[in-house]
Amino acid sequence: MNKSYQAVMGRKNEIMKKSVGIDYKVLEYGRISFDYEGLMKNVPYDLEDIAKIQSETKVGKTPLFELKNLTALVRKYAPKGKGARIFIKDEAANCSGSFKDRRASLSVYHAKKIGFKGVIAATSGNYGATVAAQAAQRGIKCIVVQEVYDSRKVGQPEILEKARKCEAYGAEVVQLTVGPELFYVFLTLLEETGYFNASLYTPYSIAGIETLGYEVAAEIKEREGKFPDAVVITHAGGGNVTGTARGVLKAGAKDTKIIGASVDLTGLHMASDNDFNKKSFTTGHTGFGVPFAVWPDRSDVPRNAARPLRYLDRYVTVTQGEVFYTTELLAQLEGLERGPAGNTSLAAAIALAKEMDEDQIIVVQETEYTGAGKHPLAQLSFARENGIEVKIGNPEENIPGKTIVIPENLGQMGYKEIDLDDLRKSYIKNAVNTYNVKEVEDVDVEFLAEDIKWTKENVAKTLKEFGVKVM
Amino acid sequence: MEAKKGMWVEIENTVLTPEERAPHLPEDTKRVPLKMWVRGFLIDEQARIGDEVMIKTLTDRLVKGTLVEVNPRHIHDFGNCVEELLISGYNVKKELSEVVKGAGDNE
Repeated sequence: MNKSYQAVMGRKNEIMKKSVGIDYKVLEYGRISFDYEGLMKNVPYDLEDIAKIQSETKVGKTPLFELKNLTALVRKYAPKGKGARIFIKDEAANCSGSFKDRRASLSVYHAKKIGFKGVIAATSGNYGATVAAQAAQRGIKCIVVQEVYDSRKVGQPEILEKARKCEAYGAEVVQLTVGPELFYVFLTLLEETGYFNASLYTPYSIAGIETLGYEVAAEIKEREGKFPDAVVITHAGGGNVTGTARGVLKAGAKDTKIIGASVDLTGLHMASDNDFNKKSFTTGHTGFGVPFAVWPDRSDVPRNAARPLRYLDRYVTVTQGEVFYTTELLAQLEGLERGPAGNTSLAAAIALAKEMDEDQIIVVQETEYTGAGKHPLAQLSFARENGIEVKIGNPEENIPGKTIVIPENLGQMGYKEIDLDDLRKSYIKNAVNTYNVKEVEDVDVEFLAEDIKWTKENVAKTLKEFGVKVM
Repeated sequence: MEAKKGMWVEIENTVLTPEERAPHLPEDTKRVPLKMWVRGFLIDEQARIGDEVMIKTLTDRLVKGTLVEVNPRHIHDFGNCVEELLISGYNVKKELSEVVKGAGDNE
């Protein structure tokens, strides 16, 4: 078989169909639409089944803590009567140390059940470790493909730690230099091994997170007599937002605001060999958050089950320095030493809580484990070695790839709002360009409106702006 | 260093040369090859760094490549002291004693 880049990429759809067991073609209709809920129905388990499957492999029912000291300090810097109560879901308590265990648990269970000998995942993050940990428990093999090094074979400590963890669970780790051709290597491995594609973007991966949103909403309701006012979710590829929001809705919390948060890495090119080691965050940042919001189907499956614009009410960004500062606050005020990347949503929650009433509840829906490499000291040391200036000051002076500014105090913590309407317009533009359409059907307008949580009128107007007729 | 059959080693491969790489890459990435590293148990009887060898990975795959390390070690650590964070932590603890009754009382 021809293994050249072009030949393997040409067999993409065929390889994907075999490796995820889903026929995406039958879901498609109109000019650009597909049946999203129909896609999610490929998961033959309801929430209760999923919770049971997850408990078999030490996933879920994590503690939910109120951060009283942190809330008290927030109120020092909030106007009178403001400063919402902050709660945190300690997802580090899942078996491999992050919420990603929920994603992998169902994929690996399903892969084993339908007869696959192994699973493959392409990820430099916590997801690799969790796929490895789940595969270990289910007794199937696991390969994790990572983008790790720049061309000097220098890698970020956070990713090196993930490689170690994957190996600790008995997985094979394939490490690559920077570049989108990781996907090509991923496809060749799927073809060679015939393993299951434990993609982050299959319906199994998303359905697995629904239990997290459900637990958050149901437990706050039970303890406090009302649903949370807002849930803040670290946003990267979109799965965390999508799965959590679906779970929140399934718990009946229709008025809870779904807020996405990313670390601002504007200006750094994700596929650049030089920029690769200039960022301190390998996930939860705008380099994934924005492109995956405006075009989810750029992923490793034909139709991505993670569709953040369907659910987001707001999307905010915070700086790298603010997240490191927050990690310090969580350890020093609350006794929870957790990994920095997972604290992105907590950094945003601190800033948002200052504007909310003090009887309101804001929930941060994850933490992640910390350790060598995946630790503020390791990551800031690495940043310094790569020429980044680290200093205390005003977070507004933070420049991705140049300066990391640790705030002087909590009062300086803020956020930047990303206009969701801008993202919605980009999404429509991407849909039009990808499917190369000059006209669409009414059902497409309906699909787009649902897919980006917008009115049909706005969708139709925007389509018109891009020269697309509605038939 | 000499490696013997069965030892845990790391191999390197060039997956794509600069000419074979995907279109639309940033210039700096386009200039360098896509490289790959895999670890496993050495199949050859013996080998030296730089030799072409065969390994068996943890999923029992057989992979060929250039031997680059024997008994590869995970060397990432907790980094250096970062004074800026120490100061932040010290300061917020002081602040907490101002806003929460009882915090810092036993001093």
